[in-house]
Parts: sequence; C-alpha cells; structure tokens
Amino acid sequence: MRPLTLIRPQQLDQVRKRVADDPGQRVIRAGGLDLLDQMKEGLLSPQELVELRYVSDTHGLAMRGIQQQEDQRWAIGALVTLSQVANFDGLPPAAKALREAAGSAATPGIRNTATVGGNLLQRPRCWYFRRADLQCLKKGGKACLAVSGENKYHAILGGGPSFIVHPSTLAVALTALGGVARVVGDGGTRELPMAELFVGPKQDPLREHSLAAGEVITQLLLPALTREHHSAYEVAKEKHSHDWPLAEAAVSVQLQAGKIAAATVVLGHVAPVPWKAAGAEQVLVGQPPSAELFAQAAQAATTGANPLKHNAYKVPLSQGLVRKALHRACNIPLPE
Amino acid sequence: MSERSRLSRRGLFRGFGTATLVAGCSGNKATTDNPSDGLAVPPPEGAEAVGPGPTSLTFELNGTAAALEVPPHMTLLDALRLQLNVTGTKEVCNRGACGACMVLVDGVPRNSCMLLAHDVRGAKVTTVEGLATDGKLSVLQQAFVDNDAMQCGFCTSGMLISCSALLARSQGQVPAAADIQSAIAGNLCRCGTYPHVVAAVTQAAGKGA
Repeated sequence: MRPLTLIRPQQLDQVRKRVADDPGQRVIRAGGLDLLDQMKEGLLSPQELVELRYVSDTHGLAMRGIQQQEDQRWAIGALVTLSQVANFDGLPPAAKALREAAGSAATPGIRNTATVGGNLLQRPRCWYFRRADLQCLKKGGKACLAVSGENKYHAILGGGPSFIVHPSTLAVALTALGGVARVVGDGGTRELPMAELFVGPKQDPLREHSLAAGEVITQLLLPALTREHHSAYEVAKEKHSHDWPLAEAAVSVQLQAGKIAAATVVLGHVAPVPWKAAGAEQVLVGQPPSAELFAQAAQAATTGANPLKHNAYKVPLSQGLVRKALHRACNIPLPE
Repeated sequence: MSERSRLSRRGLFRGFGTATLVAGCSGNKATTDNPSDGLAVPPPEGAEAVGPGPTSLTFELNGTAAALEVPPHMTLLDALRLQLNVTGTKEVCNRGACGACMVLVDGVPRNSCMLLAHDVRGAKVTTVEGLATDGKLSVLQQAFVDNDAMQCGFCTSGMLISCSALLARSQGQVPAAADIQSAIAGNLCRCGTYPHVVAAVTQAAGKGA
C-alpha cells in the first residue's frame, strides 16, 4: 500500500465535499474491508481516505443506530456492523432474512468490522476483476474475461457484457424485504429503492451502483412489517465459513387469510445485481402456501437462466434454495 | 520467554539477515515510497488529518500504554509485530480470510490485518500476550495445553483470542459445541485441530474461565 492521509471530518457534508472535489484520489472509508483489500491488491491507491467514523453531526448518529421511526419503518445505520445487525433482536421477526444474511457473511471477525453500507457498496469479487494485472471489462478493458475463462462463480441471469455476480449478501435480503437506502447528496436527502441503487453492466459496466461522487448512504430503511409478513434467507457455499456464496435466496411473503397476498423472491450471487425472480412471485401470489406450490415457484425462479460453460449447477442450486427459504418463511416442514 | 531464549529465530534474522534479505528484494515495497510533503488542500474545518508520514498514535496494549509513530497506511498487525515487537499475533493471509491475526479491540475480536493502526487510537487492544497474568497461563490457555488443542500452533493465538471473547460473552455458562464452532468459524486451522479446540473451550468454561 502507498502512503496516504486519513481525513477525519466531524460533519457528513465535509466528507461528501472532500471526496466530490477529487474522487480519483479521495475515497470514503467506512469499515474499510473491501477498500483495504483493493489497496493491498493494487487496484486502488488513493491519496486520502476520508473517514465516516468521526462524523458526529445528526447524520453521524443516524449512521450508527438501529431504530424504529415514527412512521413505523426501521432505520438501520450504514455504519452499523454486520454483527450488530445479526445480533439485534429488536427487529421484528418478519425481518429475519436480514439478520440471517448478516450473520452468514464472511467470518465472525470480519462481521465485527464490516458495515452495512460497505457491504452494499463493495466491488465485485470476480477473480479477473480482483487481479491488478488483468484488464477486464469492469476496469475499462475490452472484454469480460469470464466469458471464455473460468466462470464457475459467475452469472447465470442478467449477464452481459460483464458476468460478475453482485457481491453483497445484505443486498439480497434488503431487496426481498423492500428495503430502501437513505442517501444524502448535494440536493439533500433522498430515498432510493434497492432496484435503483444497483446498476447492471448493460447500464454501466464500470460500476455497480448509481450514487454520484460524494453521495453517502446514511441509513437503510425497512418498510413497516406486520405479523402477516414472514421472511427467510438461504445460502449455499463450498465451505460453511470463510467463503463467498455460490448462490443465495431471500424470500418475503405476506400471508392473509391462509393465502399468499404478496411475495418477493430474490436470488443472490447469480446475476450482476440482486435478482428479483418475478416468475416465482407470480406463481406464489393468490395461492395458499404448500410444498407443491413452493416447488413450482422454485422452478420458475430461474426462468431465463443462461448459464456459461462452468456454472449451470447454479440453476438447480438456486431453485433448491428458493424452495427451502419458502418452507422456512412459511413454517411448513420440507416433505423429505 | 525472552530470558529463556537469548538467541531466538527472530533475533537471528534481525542480527545478520536483514541487509542480505533486503538486498535480494526488488525496491517497490510500499514503505520505500516517498510520502508526499503534505496535503495540497488543507483538511476541512474541525477535521483531523493523519499522515501521510509517521504520526503519533497511543492506545492501550495488554493493559499498558503504547505510544508509537506509524504511517496511516500501516495495518494494526504490522504495527504490533514490526513496530512494537509483539509477535504472538501472526500474519498468514493478510486479507482477513484466516484469523491468525485476531486481536481484541475493546473486547471485540477483529482481524488486525484489515485494520489500520490508527483505527485503534485510544482503544484497548489485547493480543495473545495479554491473556496470561504475571507469566501464568490463563485457564483457557492451560485448557489448550491439556487438550492438545494445537499442532503447528500458527493459528493458536488467533484461536485463543476468538475463544476468550466467547468465554467473556458466555459469562460463566458453558457454551454449546455449536456456539464454540461458530466463534472459531473465522480461524483457519490447516492441521484440523478444531475438535480439540472445542474440547479445550468446554473444559475452560467448566472451570469458570
């Protein structure tokens, strides 16, 4: 790593302005895990790390807390660690998918440092992207090296021209729960649904989110969740710990009078963005929950999948995870 | 320890090897880069600027005040091992993937290779050296010895840190095997000593550690 300066502003606007003035050389630092990883690899060598952790204005307080707002929505601070989310039992049971996702990522030691905001905005973990000496599409090169290369861990849905998978586990759960990012920028504060926060490679192959330089996520908002809402998160990895998911599924359902009134099914690590499985949602809505229905929905979850040479296994794997998550969310035992 | 081994492996390397080792390396090591003279643009009002050169840092290490000068891009792991010569904390992957470098920061186990040294200003840092009291092993450390919970030993200091944090959280209750496995889920042991570690923690918890 190259020498740098740590800048520790006390006001969020000072952080934002500092970075917006020279985004090529100044980078915002939260937990700093992905940042340090990229700096150690030589992918980034900024002159300044502008730290969020010393911000002590009202935004600073918001970024560090988990609280229920007056409008009943839950606000989770962007600087809250994954461990804090996983262990916070004040969240309603309907937000279970988020706590399960937060508790599954990385390792206990990393979860004690990694922040919610940083998890959402980390760069892809594709091995071609992460090698400093390879010039892939994401780094301004001509082609996605996964297309003709080792693509076991790459996208089966929504791929092209880049076939990265989105690296954030929290994004999968937050998308399923209808989460919204509260973003502070030059024009004040705005709320950005997950679908608008994340950017696919067709829109822009060089980045994964839509924030402008100097815009900061301060909180993640969960909609008011009632007793009718139920959720679950499932993941498959080659190793139980220390590993990135092969595939993930987060589901959220609303049960009314014995029927599924609303359903969101989201797949992770199969597409360049958290993948909303609309086909599965259509199967579920209006039906009473049952093992047969869940099996049908799981099949429909991967509609449109177009695997590369080495990752067709992700299709049945994702289907199995959707099915398992639906059973757990609705508290119906798996038949087998 | 230092009384016993006057000529340690590290001391030997330090004594005759450094110049030779450095001569054999290419000159692109980060620490040889010239830090720039300072900030072209002053920091915002009220904001502190640390670096880019070595900057004073104080924190509490194993119950004693530590004061040192480190550049902002130095990790906590490097500051411990290279600046403070506290080498019980090990460097293995240097990417937060193995847990050999775990330390407690204000009681919370964290990977010191993924923290900057200046992150722990004013904090209480505990390394494996801080677990024993007056040269006497802690109950947990003794349980590791009793249960043969190490083979090559390279993961052991990180394991001890994760397990000591678990015992502190458990407040006298004996944790379930699954809880112990979860607590060491970030500590890679390539010798595969995990069952012995679980046995050691169970024993230590039973003895009120």
